[in-house]
Amino acid sequence: MSASSGSNQLVDHLFRHEAGRMASVLTCMLGFDRLELAEDVVHDTMVQALQSWPFQGIPDNPRAWLYRVAKNKALDVVRRENRLRQISSDADYLHQQDVNDAMAQPLFFDEDITDSQLRMLFAICHPAIALESQMAMCLKILGGLSVREIAGAFLTNEETVTKRLYRAKEKIRQEGIRLEVPAGAHLPGRLAAVLKSIYLLFNEGYNSLHPDTLIRRDLCEEATRLALLLAQTPRTQVPAVDALLALMCFQAARFDARIDEDGAIVLLADQDRRRWNPDLIRKGQHYLNGSAEGNALSEYHLEAGIAMLHCVAPTYAATEWPTVLHYYDLLLARKPSPVVALHRAVALAEVEGPVSAIRAVSGLRGLDTNHYYYAILGDLYERNNQPDLARQHYRQALHLTPSTPEKKLLARKLTQL
Amino acid sequence: MLIFHAPYSQEAAYQQQSPEEMQVEIQKWNHWIGGIAAQGKMVGTEALLPFGKIMRKSGQVVTDGPYTEGKEIVGGYTVVTAASVDEAVELAKGCPIFDSEGSLEVRPIVNFG
Repeated sequence: MSASSGSNQLVDHLFRHEAGRMASVLTCMLGFDRLELAEDVVHDTMVQALQSWPFQGIPDNPRAWLYRVAKNKALDVVRRENRLRQISSDADYLHQQDVNDAMAQPLFFDEDITDSQLRMLFAICHPAIALESQMAMCLKILGGLSVREIAGAFLTNEETVTKRLYRAKEKIRQEGIRLEVPAGAHLPGRLAAVLKSIYLLFNEGYNSLHPDTLIRRDLCEEATRLALLLAQTPRTQVPAVDALLALMCFQAARFDARIDEDGAIVLLADQDRRRWNPDLIRKGQHYLNGSAEGNALSEYHLEAGIAMLHCVAPTYAATEWPTVLHYYDLLLARKPSPVVALHRAVALAEVEGPVSAIRAVSGLRGLDTNHYYYAILGDLYERNNQPDLARQHYRQALHLTPSTPEKKLLARKLTQL
Repeated sequence: MLIFHAPYSQEAAYQQQSPEEMQVEIQKWNHWIGGIAAQGKMVGTEALLPFGKIMRKSGQVVTDGPYTEGKEIVGGYTVVTAASVDEAVELAKGCPIFDSEGSLEVRPIVNFG
């Protein structure tokens, strides 16, 4: 009875992570049109572990066990099909022979696992697929999250997530999207699309209005893991990848300090900087240094630069605001968007004072339903000793935000005016 | 002997969990069974799949058993050494089956020794 050892604990998220890896590996072997079959095999494998491990004990190498069982299950399916095909057509049989050869290779090598995940990542983040579907696919296929967990993370229902996944799979079929990392001239454009999806996935977790911090962290963690995959592969390790990773490290470093014990938001100025994670800040700096190779300057470089300046500042007041503003100016030139302009105004207020910032923000269009717009304007009016206007804008923000922690914060500001 | 009972629906739901939830479930059971083993009181344990055959009338009638929706099935058993039924009940108290709608039956095994 191997259950005798009380020390055999499973690594955190082992099942989730391996489910994602195995789905990619099996799909690469079976063919992209067999994605659902691969997912079924992975699920069956997990169920088998669930049925036997509690009673027989956790195997010495749980990961190897999962891969062996998954591979055997997939082989069974292929063999069964082969027998049917053999009867119907010799040509099909020969094609299946290739699959058989691939399956007959020794167990999966780490290299193959990484490669399979990259191929899956590029296929899923194809520009023909809607961004929300890309993110759902990343979490489902690569991240091993269930439909219910994804629905929870995006504050939507399971039906919507199922539809998004279905549409993505339909697109893959219709467009004949291939399960491969594009080469040569095709790579930069496709890589940019992949980075954008990862960036949005991270932001969804970081800025999400979700009350459950754990789910949000899972999104950030998954996005970071995918970016790491790109960074650790020579073909895809371009400066923008390092810059994006740096950005994610800096943002994640502040995760703990952004919410207090009561779940209320703590603003950057009020955060306890000792609670920022020094390891992640160091990692961020490491990747930011790495991203400085070559002449390419991406928006991720600029956003990471801004995040870094916040992370290394001893206090809010001692932040290098002129440099932050300079980075925002460059970012705005590359990515003209009212949201970027809005955040630039915060830095502008620190450099030139609230009046300039109010002028800059007032000219912005397309933010009528953005609660940050009203919250920032309210703050600027407050600092400019215009409490009536501040109150008016805070109320508008309070009315617009769906988030309980943000409502709390705004209500507090209103009473303090 | 500790016998685990669960409604069929529970067993089905159990298998529809996400990978993350399955891992948590495995950890719980492993922790509990590992605890009994650590005390040197574990004899053996097996899980049963939620299907099988029921044979009646001298084996003339073979059915798929009571394994249908709404029916309760035995999901597995654990044999422990205990001086009394009460001690076995104590050992069974931390069983993860109580986290769901399952129940647990404690039965002494006849000692022919």
